[in-house]
Amino acid sequence: MDTQEEVIVYARPDSLTKTNTHYCPGCTHGVAHHLIAEVIDEMGLRERTIGVASVGCSVFAYNYMNFDFVQAPHGRAPAMATGVKRVFPDKVVLTYQGDGDLASIGMAEIVHAAARGENISVFFLNNANYGMTGGQMAPTTLPGQKTTSSPNGRDVETQGYPIRASELLATLDGASYVVRRSLHDPKNIRLAKKAIRTAFEVQLRGLGFSMVELLSTCPTNWEMTPQNSLKWLEEHMIPYYPLGDYKVNPAVAEIKG
Amino acid sequence: MPPKGRIIVSDLYCKGCELCVGACPQAVIALNPDRITAKGYHPASLFKDGCTGCGICAIVCPDAAITVYREDLRARRAIPAGA
Repeated sequence: MDTQEEVIVYARPDSLTKTNTHYCPGCTHGVAHHLIAEVIDEMGLRERTIGVASVGCSVFAYNYMNFDFVQAPHGRAPAMATGVKRVFPDKVVLTYQGDGDLASIGMAEIVHAAARGENISVFFLNNANYGMTGGQMAPTTLPGQKTTSSPNGRDVETQGYPIRASELLATLDGASYVVRRSLHDPKNIRLAKKAIRTAFEVQLRGLGFSMVELLSTCPTNWEMTPQNSLKWLEEHMIPYYPLGDYKVNPAVAEIKG
Repeated sequence: MPPKGRIIVSDLYCKGCELCVGACPQAVIALNPDRITAKGYHPASLFKDGCTGCGICAIVCPDAAITVYREDLRARRAIPAGA
């Protein structure tokens, strides 16, 4: 086929660096990375974006995303993003956090950032365990789910119930846009990309705190093939963490419409 | 006739996770046992005709390793009827 008669349907976004990632094969962290990079490319925000990396597998986001990044102490990405945004109100500030970071050690920071209505965008990857340290139980681990630190399955009598971060933050008046999406099939990945775009629109219009929770897989620590982990996510995580819009400020609804 | 497409998979990024293999609606992608990447994975590649350039493999690829090309349908329409 003559190359002149072809169009490029998809190419790697410019906002990703030309390095391969440390993520395990099939890890949907990579999907979240390329969605954020695509949206930043499409909106032309690369020169004015500052990311805040968290601790966990997501820490190396600063090596993979091709724009300015700072690294926060464990769980403190929303606090650092608050400072960055207040010093540089014209910049677009995002945090990229996992569930061990956001829902455990960083719970205070995320709740207060949302309560203050800080004008930042948070991308929250929920894969129901601590991936980087070897698959220990996280606040988001499902009841009965086996992890390296709950070998008989999470017992809610002694270990409590999983935290639904989106529902929790949606109760705060400062939060403008809080939604949960999943990365398990092409349709839901497309919906996730739209939500990421809306989150940036919310920030650009100064409407306040926005968070997109992305259900994600961890094939290595779940001890499954990447394909099976997508099925497990669909069958087990989505019933506990229903997808949907938990908080959409009326002013945000106009952008979406 | 569906549009013709093709994909190029980068050996630098591909980790052989097979998510594209499972997602391809035409079932024309497979890991290539004859190639091996620097990291030691067999990369994905087209193994038969039938790619339509829909781009679904690129959407699910966690490493953004796939470049998708599709035949330009405007060029096809420019051919007069009966030619």
